[in-house]
Amino acid sequence: MRQIVFEQLHKAQWEAFERWLDRGDRKSKPPAAPGVALPDQDIPRAYRHICQLLALARDRQYSPDLIDRLNRVALRGHHMLYGARGGHPARVLFFFAAGFPRLVRAEWRLVAAAAALFAGPLLLLLSVLPFHPDFIHYFIDPAGLARFQEVYDPANPRLGMRQSDDNVMMFAFYIWNNVKIGFQTFATGVLLGIGSIFYLLYNGSQIGAVAGHFSGTGFSEPFWSFVAGHSAMELSAIVLSGAAGLKLGSALIAPGARSRKAALVQAARPAVRLMYGAAAMFLAAAFIEGFWSPLTAFPASVKYAVGCVMWAFVLGYFLFSGRGRAA
Amino acid sequence: MLDTSRRIATPEGIELTLRLAGPVPRALAWAIDLLLRAVVLAIIALSAAALRQFGAGIILLSAFLIEWLYPAWFEATWGSTPGKRAFGLIVLNDDGTPLRWSAALTRNLLRAVDFLPAMYFTGFVTMVMNRDFKRLGDFAANTLVVYREEKLEIRAIPEAEPQAPGFALSIAEQRAIIDFAARSTGLTPERAEELAQIPRSLIDGAPRGAAAARLVGIANHLLGRQ
Repeated sequence: MRQIVFEQLHKAQWEAFERWLDRGDRKSKPPAAPGVALPDQDIPRAYRHICQLLALARDRQYSPDLIDRLNRVALRGHHMLYGARGGHPARVLFFFAAGFPRLVRAEWRLVAAAAALFAGPLLLLLSVLPFHPDFIHYFIDPAGLARFQEVYDPANPRLGMRQSDDNVMMFAFYIWNNVKIGFQTFATGVLLGIGSIFYLLYNGSQIGAVAGHFSGTGFSEPFWSFVAGHSAMELSAIVLSGAAGLKLGSALIAPGARSRKAALVQAARPAVRLMYGAAAMFLAAAFIEGFWSPLTAFPASVKYAVGCVMWAFVLGYFLFSGRGRAA
Repeated sequence: MLDTSRRIATPEGIELTLRLAGPVPRALAWAIDLLLRAVVLAIIALSAAALRQFGAGIILLSAFLIEWLYPAWFEATWGSTPGKRAFGLIVLNDDGTPLRWSAALTRNLLRAVDFLPAMYFTGFVTMVMNRDFKRLGDFAANTLVVYREEKLEIRAIPEAEPQAPGFALSIAEQRAIIDFAARSTGLTPERAEELAQIPRSLIDGAPRGAAAARLVGIANHLLGRQ
């Protein structure tokens, strides 16, 4: 069939399909081009027809313009038909009720590895520094230490912040800073896991050094009563970010029976889902850290108790949530 | 092959062609986005400054959102950030479908690595080492950055008295002649004439200076005009 005849026969069809696409692109407006648009129920059939026309046009080597035109129409149809956007609020709810803890349990090996990398230096320094508080200088420069000493001064009416600081500002600062650390810990995992391992060890030793240092001084109670409330959320979120990063790294190191590229793509899905959860936990931690942790109206014992409840909640959540029947 | 097109197979059994975007337009698009982000943040900062500490909180929160979620949000809802849109780029999944949140977040969180050690050096090196111009984030998210197809009109082939070629032409030859006819309106008459001299055996017998017209006539015949 000659090209002209082909165009005469089929032009109306791809133009009608294009009109439907134009209408779909900007939802409320009436079609810009005159002519009747296709009814929605005819679209799949019309799309398949366009695909057939494109294949025919290519096979018969019609002019490049015509082929490009048909390719464009088919591509837009492809986007419209296969790009359906799901996403229902209930799915978010289900993720936090069951999907997230299930995912953490499914990846327990990586989570355990990340927890060991993070908690190892933390606990080591926490047990050593109370007896050698001067070791802190290996980890934190004098200016940083001075700031810590200022914010954990037992005379403070509000803990963990300079007295001129505002709660909302600190909340925002914790999000900005902590989520960034989480994202870095995750993303650098793609470098064969090295970045995640580094950030886990680094953050573990920083936190352990500060905690150990203050445990050996008169700042012990303000420090612990400040960190108790948000520690469960924040430390778990760091560990999970590290586990998500290790997931990327391990896919590259040991891809199994796939190409490294395919293994990375496959690992990225659960890894990013872990990051959804971790980001939400960082958010919760920042909220607690900004508004609850600085309070001194409650005795330290209450704040320790709240901290224990939070740890029990986080651990119970990851161990038991979403175990029931297949929801 | 130095070819920046990529074909994707669809469930309908056909192949669609995508044109990949290289490092230069993507870097420029990033620069525009950076500028836009800086302007938005500056506006927020100026208007929030009056709120003192509370305002500082708003600025920090916006800085966080703009740094990490700006590209992911635009790519998940519109397919491309304003900068990419300015250069006619769009981000798609490897199978040619539009991005969803998880892929958009994956490729944008991994910017942190592609940026290392400075100015997207890792991303650039990765990009020029594979034929799809993927940076690490694109590998993990299985995404491509391609040119958005503009609305193309089929170039009209000038009408002329159809003339049959003296002998059978192969499909490639037919295509070359139809291409020539489509382009001939954009060429100077001299250049069109010069080009038309190439297929000697086709224009034999055409009067001097009428070779282009002869080819356009043959093109009309090949297209099936009566």
